[in-house]
Amino acid sequence: MAKLAISSEGPDLDEALDPRFGRAAGFIVVDPQTLEFDYLDNGLSQAMAQGAGIQAAEHVANSGAKTVLTGYVGPKAFMALQAAGIRVAQNLADMTVREAIEMYRNGKVKWARQPNRRGHGR
Amino acid sequence: MKVAIASGKGGTGKTTVSASLAASWQRPLVAVDLDVEAPNLHLFLRPEIHGDEKAYMEIPVADESKCNFCRACVDICQFKAISILGSVLMVFPEMCHGCGGCLAVCPEKALTPGQRELGHIIWGAAGSTGFLMGRLRVGEAMSPPLMRQVKARLNAMIQHAETDVVIDAPPGVSCPAVNAVMDADVIVLVTEPTPFGLYDVSLAYGAFLPLGKPMGIVINRAGLGEDTIYEFCRSKNLPIWAEIPFSRDIAAAYADGGIVAQASSELQLTFDELVESIIDAHAEHQEVLHA
Repeated sequence: MAKLAISSEGPDLDEALDPRFGRAAGFIVVDPQTLEFDYLDNGLSQAMAQGAGIQAAEHVANSGAKTVLTGYVGPKAFMALQAAGIRVAQNLADMTVREAIEMYRNGKVKWARQPNRRGHGR
Repeated sequence: MKVAIASGKGGTGKTTVSASLAASWQRPLVAVDLDVEAPNLHLFLRPEIHGDEKAYMEIPVADESKCNFCRACVDICQFKAISILGSVLMVFPEMCHGCGGCLAVCPEKALTPGQRELGHIIWGAAGSTGFLMGRLRVGEAMSPPLMRQVKARLNAMIQHAETDVVIDAPPGVSCPAVNAVMDADVIVLVTEPTPFGLYDVSLAYGAFLPLGKPMGIVINRAGLGEDTIYEFCRSKNLPIWAEIPFSRDIAAAYADGGIVAQASSELQLTFDELVESIIDAHAEHQEVLHA
């Protein structure tokens, strides 16, 4: 089963989903069937002056995840995720990582066709 | 000699002081507007424009068919302007700072030089005063690359003559402000007697102090009521080179696009003394350097 990457405020399934993609604290990379997961720290992207979204997209692509569940994705991160062949479900907020996985398993997430945030400096 | 007019806080009167200094300067001068995000010195000096050129920065253009996905360009770029995702090579031209590193390290010549427009460089003369300005393209996020090109043209303009330079610097204390003052011989900090003016000029003082250049203060809108700026200047041993009173007549002259120094004989005297203070501070500093 293809893995999911969910932007998360911490390294546990019961952490809050971090609504930011590029500057998320980290990503839970999880097999949605077995719930086996790894935590991908995104702290270095948070500290970047620019390019956090692109960096986060690279991290997620390198993790092997083919699906991202998150809140807000900027235009450059969106382009990068598309190039890497990663599906994006955005506009998620006020839920835990576990609840986001549940939504995905129940087929309740919508796939994004375009970014829902303007980039910085535009 | 180059004099930079900076402030920290916006709207304290950098351009008012720059225009009045330019009008009061007795030696050959070029006035430069390096506040390329919002240039306005020309509104007061009203120069005759002699030229207008677009400025560009070198950015990489990718030919994916030549890319061997070695990631050398991705690794050298500090600004995420190039990314490789799977088997896709992506360039984000607006992120590029123009260092040329990726072009240099690509072993396959998959990256070739392209251009991003930075804005315009405009030059001319206001009477006997040379004039130069940069105007950043709307949407361009970085002003230092354009500022560097304006400064290169400035150096070409002054290299054949004993010409002084007045630089109208951008507000703030980040890269653009530092880029505007780093080549100056003297820095004039324009502030106002308000908590905001004090706070921001203290940041500017702290940012520019390591440059080791003589600095002096001009207090604009003097008499607004706050005295803390005077205590600050005393505590830092910062000379107050001029005070421009808070007055309706001055505001009216400014709003009319006039040169404030020419609004009254008292103000002209204030700016003549400011010119003298700047020249003296420069001469003293040179003596210290050569001692």
